[in-house]
Amino acid sequence: MVIQDFERIFQEKIDNEIKIEPKDWMPEAYRKTNIRQISQHAHSEVVGMLPEGNWISRAPSLKRKAILIAKVQDEAGHGLYLYSSAETLGTSRDEMINDLHSGKAKYSSIFNYPSLSWADMGAIGWLVDGAAILNQVMLCRTSYGPYARAMVRICKEESFHQRQGFETLLVLSKGTKEQKDMCQDAINRWWWPSLMMFGPKDSESTNSDQSMKWKIKRKTNDELRQQFVDMIAEQIKLLGMRLPDNKLQWNEERKHYDFGEINWDEFWNVVKGNGPCNKQRLAARNKAHEEGSWVRKAAKVYADKKLKHKKEKIA
Amino acid sequence: MSFKQQKYFYGDIPEDNTGENMSSPKTETKNEWPLWEVFVRSKQGLDHKHVGSLHAADAAMAMENARDVYTRRQEGVSIWVVESKHIHASNPEEAESFYEPAADKIYRHPGFYQLPDEVNHM
Repeated sequence: MVIQDFERIFQEKIDNEIKIEPKDWMPEAYRKTNIRQISQHAHSEVVGMLPEGNWISRAPSLKRKAILIAKVQDEAGHGLYLYSSAETLGTSRDEMINDLHSGKAKYSSIFNYPSLSWADMGAIGWLVDGAAILNQVMLCRTSYGPYARAMVRICKEESFHQRQGFETLLVLSKGTKEQKDMCQDAINRWWWPSLMMFGPKDSESTNSDQSMKWKIKRKTNDELRQQFVDMIAEQIKLLGMRLPDNKLQWNEERKHYDFGEINWDEFWNVVKGNGPCNKQRLAARNKAHEEGSWVRKAAKVYADKKLKHKKEKIA
Repeated sequence: MSFKQQKYFYGDIPEDNTGENMSSPKTETKNEWPLWEVFVRSKQGLDHKHVGSLHAADAAMAMENARDVYTRRQEGVSIWVVESKHIHASNPEEAESFYEPAADKIYRHPGFYQLPDEVNHM
């Protein structure tokens, strides 16, 4: 068979909703796109622990602290599921971690914004995880098997994240004036970056849409973003708060909410490394990795030693 | 501002060289802990099922990590861990010939046999 045959068979499988598994033939670009996307997704989970980890020691009650720890632990687990599924494509954990720490690999820009108040923990859960869930629900049906399975596992756990976030804000929205202000302020700061999470507008695309053809993605950025706006615009009514967008209003004709223009200069600036916390986040990751280095080495030496003793006993 | 006009999806952020570029981190490469496959029995009476993989220095650590990663919400009552290098898998490219012997034996299926309706529950 020639390469065109392999490509045809591959595309037929995709078209017939047959999942691609690690040992199956796949175009090199499909492999690379998946490695890049899955590892970026993994990095986002891992870096995503930092803005929330910031509040573990300052959570307002033991209950909230336990919840936050559980959530951050989930994010670490999500990172692991994703790294594992990227590894099935032939990249190594070390390589991916190194690319993150050197700044070569990207992660979701949302985590380059600071978490300034307790209300941010609510806003992150509700808006940031809410935006992530829409994407992840779609990715449960992505064409690469291990990625899809990791997503199913993650989606089961994400729902707790979003609910605890909304509940955190709900409690604040019924509190004192200071608490209400804090709630509104967090929503104001996280709203636009959350919309940016879905990526550039569809109209800015000049490339043919390979990811859709390969069913890595099944919805466009704008479709997902609209879905998110429609959902949040309704939910915020329950909080008695407002979204910081004067142009936000229901469009009866489209049966969707219209919303204002995103600041794309800000988006690209943060992607390129000039966001409020890019340097801090990478520094924190590098520091943690370096300080944990002796643990990784010691565990390996200990395991090797135990294995040697076992062999000597047998001999 | 000028940037490449290209479509990027969420979770697929463009790679370029203009981002944060710290000096290469001082990490030990190729010193990874081995990879382990994890199988979980979700409840008594069911098979162990593959749930994913993780890195660990030895079996004891693999077991504890598997517990922390794959059974945080009581998803399991029993865990197996196997070092990934010990798994042998069939080759998908040979699937056609490999499974061919089963393809023409429809008489192995109960529906192959036409019986009178009066024969209930067989």
